[in-house]
Amino acid sequence: MMDEYRGVWVFIEQNEGKIEGVSLELLGAGRKLADKLEVPLSGVLLGYEIKSLTREIISYGADQVYVIDHEVMKDYRTESYMKAVIQLAEKYKPEIFLYGATSNGKDLASAVATDLSTGLTADTTMLDVEVEKRLLEASRPAFGGNIMATILCKKHRPQMATVRPKVMKAMDPDPDRHGEVIEEAITLKEDDMRTKVIKIVKDVTKKVNLAEAHVVVAGGKGMGDIQNFQMIHELADTIGATVGGTRDVVEAGWLPHEQQVGQTGETITPKIYFAIGISGAIQHVVGMKNSEFIIAINKDPQAPIFDVATYGIVGDALEIVPKLIKEFKEARERGGEMSYV
Amino acid sequence: MHIVVCVKQVPDTKIIKINPKTNTLDRRSAPAILNPYDAHAVQEAVKIKKVLGKGTISVLSMGPPQAVAVIKKSIEIGADRGLLISDRAFAGADTLATSYALSKALERISKDMPVDLVICGKHAIDGDTGQVGPGIARRLDIPPVTNVIEVSEVNESEKRILIKRKITNGYELIQAQIPCLLTVEKEINSIEYSPMPNMIKAARYEPVIWSVNDLEGVDRTQLGLKGSPTIVGKMFTPPKPEGGKRLEGNADEQIQQLMELLNDKKELLQPNSNK
Repeated sequence: MMDEYRGVWVFIEQNEGKIEGVSLELLGAGRKLADKLEVPLSGVLLGYEIKSLTREIISYGADQVYVIDHEVMKDYRTESYMKAVIQLAEKYKPEIFLYGATSNGKDLASAVATDLSTGLTADTTMLDVEVEKRLLEASRPAFGGNIMATILCKKHRPQMATVRPKVMKAMDPDPDRHGEVIEEAITLKEDDMRTKVIKIVKDVTKKVNLAEAHVVVAGGKGMGDIQNFQMIHELADTIGATVGGTRDVVEAGWLPHEQQVGQTGETITPKIYFAIGISGAIQHVVGMKNSEFIIAINKDPQAPIFDVATYGIVGDALEIVPKLIKEFKEARERGGEMSYV
Repeated sequence: MHIVVCVKQVPDTKIIKINPKTNTLDRRSAPAILNPYDAHAVQEAVKIKKVLGKGTISVLSMGPPQAVAVIKKSIEIGADRGLLISDRAFAGADTLATSYALSKALERISKDMPVDLVICGKHAIDGDTGQVGPGIARRLDIPPVTNVIEVSEVNESEKRILIKRKITNGYELIQAQIPCLLTVEKEINSIEYSPMPNMIKAARYEPVIWSVNDLEGVDRTQLGLKGSPTIVGKMFTPPKPEGGKRLEGNADEQIQQLMELLNDKKELLQPNSNK
């Protein structure tokens, strides 16, 4: 019976007609799985007046796009999206189904997995398949991130996983790629919906979203007090970075919770991560260790942050950070070379 | 209004240690605590009850007998009563089997007193999945609203609730019918100091404990390890990053080296090519 299930699917998350980066990354990851299994890769696109996005989805690696375009699905809601995804999955029976580990992706996948009575692995950071058994190997950090656990779903299909943003690589888009668009109808009435999105409010006060930031300057308790912590803000301003912090810093009230990096905060993978006055507790490290280039500044040469840092500076942050700010400012004045804004 | 808050006992990951030889969690090293997000869920229930001026807050947990501690903690925050489902049959459950067991307990609870609102923490800090809350909502066929940062209005007579749900760069204002299920973020409230009467009540409180036999219409094949579609295939240590390199010299020399390294990495600072 499990043999009926074929193909790799990716849920394409779009917000206001714009495809989320993680969905394109998943098309890249899904392409590799589909090639190994010798099956098509399909995108699942839901929304209202979104058909024009199918071309982009195909250019990023999909062979097929299933589209349900319906007014009720204008904004994401668990009820309507779940119904659409379940209808498609029951009809076309994919063997693997991936979602971005975003608020909506996790919400949707959890509901769908319950109805399909199948396994769902959360916050995957590595994906592979065992081709012979057609088994998805979804690996995620466990026990606070010091060890990886590979989660398998042997007896149920589809095998589902949510995948952390910014971990997988998107393919270079190929506008000449060909693919098939399959439109599905759905019976949904607004009156049957038990939730309504009254309005969507964008927070314009936040300059950059932490999860989307390319460069993050993060500070820890090693900064001493909230006055000294202002240096973190100044360095970030100087190089156009976003400020992050540890759980301790947030609990001390130096930063709002939305800027917390770590297991109980954001998991981020910026291109450059400055860890300043941060010892590197597991619960922090799990939220930033996949950053591309990590610079740690800490007084304690034994601090575990140095194990994950690309480069470490053993020294007093209160001495080094002001000098660093000065260097960046001078570099910018010399011709903007080091300006990352 | 009857609010049920689902809570979990977790090891405090802030101070947990890993046994470097076996790469496993040294559970003795970490005290068991009420999952921080669940504490905010209980606090929010207390807040809603206060605003409405009446209501009952029940807390529900699944775990070993010692998990009664998190129910007592919830009583301290202001819950009225609590119960634990505890049975070997529940052991080894993944998120699917957990939401099944909890939904069966919720069905039993609502037979005695219909449930208007279920509140869960966004996720537990040990498993970090956030899948159980939405799973319970599906099984009870009530709408879930995840990542809630504010309960703006509860209209009991019209059976609806107004909620702010966190999204990537802002929030959605959502109106949901009651009953529904919410999962809450930490910023929804701050945990208040427990008044002395609550602490005394909590110290004396003995939660009700149900075994699988106390639940009705249970399909045992959907419980515990048997009812869990996912299994842990293998554990491995993640590949170490290239890291660990220390810059040498005094502060100024180190900064110069760092500036050169960053200059070499300028290509990293190009806008994300994914979009």
